[in-house]
Amino acid sequence: MKMTARFLARLSCPKKDGRMHWWVWALLGILLAVMPWIVAAGFGNTWLRILNFALLYVMLALGLNIVVGFAGLLDMGYIAFYAVGAYLWALLASPQFGLHWPMWAILPLGAGVAGLFGLLLGAPTLKLRGDYLAIVTLGFGEIIRIFLNNLNAPVNITNGPQGISAIDALHFGSVSLARPMDLGIVTIPSLVAFYYVFLMAATAIIGIALRLERSRVGRAWAAIREDEIAAKACGINTRNVKLLAFAMGATFGGVAGGLFAGFQQFVSPESFGLLESVMVLCMVVLGGMGHIPGVIFGALLLTLLPEFFRQVAGPVQQALFGKIYIDPESLRMLLFGLSLVLVMRYRPSGLWPSPQRQREIDDTQRVDAPAAMPVRHQ
Amino acid sequence: MDIFLQQIINGVVLGSIYALVALGYTMVYGILGLINFAHGEVVMVGALVAYTVMTALLPTGLPPVLLALLALLVAAPVCMALAWIIERYAYRPLRHAPKLAPLISAIGVSILLQNLAMMIWGRSYHAFPDILPPLHYDIGGAQITLLQVVTILLAAGTMAALAWLIQRTAMGQAMRATAENPAIAALMGVPVNRIITLTFVIGAALAALAGLMVGANYSVAHYYMGFMLGLKAFTAAVLGGIGNITGAMLGGLLLGLIESLGGGYIEDLTGGFLGSNYQDIFAFLVLISVLVFRPGGLMGERVSERA
Amino acid sequence: MTAHTLLRVSQVGKAFGGVQALKDVSMTLNRGEIYGLIGPNGAGKTTLFNCLTGLYVPDSGEFVFDDQPLISSAPDKTVRQGVARTFQNIRLFANMTALENVMVGRHARLRSNIISDILRTPFNRREEQTTEDQALQLMRYVGIAHRAHDLAKHLSYGDQRRLEIARALATQPKLLCLDEPAAGMNANETDGLRQLIEMIRLDGISVLLIEHDVQLVMGLCDRIAVLDYGELICEDIPSVVQKHPRVIEAYLGSGAHA
Ligand SMILES: Nc1ncnc2c1ncn2[C@@H]1O[C@H](COP(=O)(O)OP(=O)(O)O)[C@@H](O)[C@H]1O
Ligand SMILES: [Mg+2]
Repeated sequence: MKMTARFLARLSCPKKDGRMHWWVWALLGILLAVMPWIVAAGFGNTWLRILNFALLYVMLALGLNIVVGFAGLLDMGYIAFYAVGAYLWALLASPQFGLHWPMWAILPLGAGVAGLFGLLLGAPTLKLRGDYLAIVTLGFGEIIRIFLNNLNAPVNITNGPQGISAIDALHFGSVSLARPMDLGIVTIPSLVAFYYVFLMAATAIIGIALRLERSRVGRAWAAIREDEIAAKACGINTRNVKLLAFAMGATFGGVAGGLFAGFQQFVSPESFGLLESVMVLCMVVLGGMGHIPGVIFGALLLTLLPEFFRQVAGPVQQALFGKIYIDPESLRMLLFGLSLVLVMRYRPSGLWPSPQRQREIDDTQRVDAPAAMPVRHQ
Repeated sequence: MDIFLQQIINGVVLGSIYALVALGYTMVYGILGLINFAHGEVVMVGALVAYTVMTALLPTGLPPVLLALLALLVAAPVCMALAWIIERYAYRPLRHAPKLAPLISAIGVSILLQNLAMMIWGRSYHAFPDILPPLHYDIGGAQITLLQVVTILLAAGTMAALAWLIQRTAMGQAMRATAENPAIAALMGVPVNRIITLTFVIGAALAALAGLMVGANYSVAHYYMGFMLGLKAFTAAVLGGIGNITGAMLGGLLLGLIESLGGGYIEDLTGGFLGSNYQDIFAFLVLISVLVFRPGGLMGERVSERA
Repeated sequence: MTAHTLLRVSQVGKAFGGVQALKDVSMTLNRGEIYGLIGPNGAGKTTLFNCLTGLYVPDSGEFVFDDQPLISSAPDKTVRQGVARTFQNIRLFANMTALENVMVGRHARLRSNIISDILRTPFNRREEQTTEDQALQLMRYVGIAHRAHDLAKHLSYGDQRRLEIARALATQPKLLCLDEPAAGMNANETDGLRQLIEMIRLDGISVLLIEHDVQLVMGLCDRIAVLDYGELICEDIPSVVQKHPRVIEAYLGSGAHA
């Protein structure tokens, strides 16, 4: 596992000036472009759908990474912003209110409204220490979900637990992605079209995250994460900069939520439970908090691997024992829980931490750590 | 029937249970600064083990009270062993790890336990047998059942015992010293690791009792029950000022009352706009407002960070 | 307030619970001065720094800096007005490189915002480049340029002190407040520090210095204020302060009279 991480770390900045060779990019581009076709042909549409979800989770994980990884604010209710984006799309483009707004209007609006919710959550919680913040954000996430669940009476807004269905799919003008696209030479299946749109969105979000990381505001976030008092003494308005982190992270979630609704064409409160927030948090931490490639890796891993188990565990048991002993769904979650414990035990900084972090870990392993003593955060 | 008084009674019962669970959170937090996310799951295991013991022994015809006692005698050690294992293998190796690592590990344990429980006990709700005869007393127009009386008294007694243990015994002193400053406590000869284990184990014993109480009062046990309960109890602990034992008791009681009264009156308060299905919101709204005005919780020390 | 007054502290008080950390402290600091602040441990020196730089809100009194009142509890505004500081217990951004630490110090003087950061406008690129150049220059100035790309926590103790000074200087202060910068340094390092502080003053920045090293303070400072139990007991040139009976008492303890 360590070897792999080292290799990945080297691959992520193989040249002296820290840039990748152009051919690595070209190869990656081609690979990503042909990926959906290969997956659809080799593994079927189920896996293509899973791949699309993986891209949505990449966006979510990168959004949460801004809050948790960059600014060091523990947000356990992040999925609420995903919900806001998704429901906004659902309400503005479905028979629920008979509205069918265009994508170009809803997606930015969703980002904006989610960002506003980010501020709403951030403002009262700014003064809280880490663990208090965790529980308050968690509560915030639950509050949003409970509202979604119950806002069907006395006025029916969200349609309650049944959720909203028959939502418009993503569409460019009159071309809906829900139907295969005939381009003359090739016909692009709906799922592949979604893949390309999601890939573009994810790429844009990765780009934004990378730029933010190495910028004035990115440094300010890191400074707050490292030492808030020193950050203040450096002239950083910590309140505004933290709010900016909440809002920016929420924006990513809002966009991903809109895309989710336009893909799934159905939303219900069930998709936005605490477990989802926890899942995204795990992607960030397991991948390598604050390290963008690591976070992407974490998102892909935690979407694909459990699905793999779910798909494989049943048939394998059937083949080996002639019957299914353990329900694949619980086996998947069981292994998920177990792997969280094990990864944290053996790689507490994540599977693919930033090269800097990696160096530190190597350092501490060389020098004998002082005798075990529990540490309290002050 | 006096609804107000009735809601208060219900709230105190609920609050006593929250308080017992909140103590587990707060003691661990006080010593390790760790949110023991898996604590709610320990309560769940306690309830389900108690359920299994009671249904297994039901045909023997023993009196239900005795069954409950036996159930507790099995459930408590199971929970304590579980907590010991969790601490030893999921948390202890992470004491030097980056801040979020123990939290993620705790989440992992929680998911693990939930799914193990689902495999063992299935997805269905398990109805608890009646422990006490369904007697009830009238006070001021409201009713209180024998079970509720016993629950409140038992919780109060247990908490008093815990307070005595922490304030008056050498072991309690060692626990307080460790919470204050583990490094110095170790220098003074306090076996810090053993104290930490002990803290987890005591919390688990309280959790087992709480699990039994939940099962008995709300007559169901379920693999998923630990989650919301744990969340509420943690909220209670934060409300009271996490790390503070008295705070946890107070926070638990308060949260129980708020939920019960809030849930009962929300329809009147909002002119029927919000129904009692918003009950769960109360916990969080109260929490957020308390923390905004008193960032350290009700009984928490005022945190003025030293610059 | 005369034209050459940079900072006027008037009647500042601050209590923590029962402890009166500062009692009606008043003093004035002139432009171009190196001003020493001494006193036994717990006298309230750091507390005065914290009130001055907006980290604590004083219970009473005010600070007038450069003819403007300082707004308490707004540390970032204080920095913008031209007051920078270091900490008694070094507070660097441990897991950032030394260079990044200094670049953070530039924060309040930069004009990029989140939009231009995302769009990477030409202005933004230029500003980032100048920021990096300036940071490197500052590191050269304090003499640790060779450690620019190391993590701050891997620097030696003396270099960490210097890095903290570089980070404070990056905010373009008119007044630099140093909280026991020589603590834990050997004679050699202390001498280097003395030269650095003198150079900083020559570059037009006034210095407010908390220090225990009596030789350093007496040799370096134009004027000295002495705090004892939160009270200012004298403010004068070093040779006078040295002979002041209450200062001697404060340092040797009242037992000296017995
Ligand atoms: N944040 C705080 N909370 C409580 N007491 C404090 C705080 N900061 C300083 N004090 C107290 O104020 C007094 C002055 O402290 P300080 O300013 O650090 O002294 P000095 O820097 O002169 O050694 C001391 O008694 C100290 O314990
Ligand atoms: Mg001091």
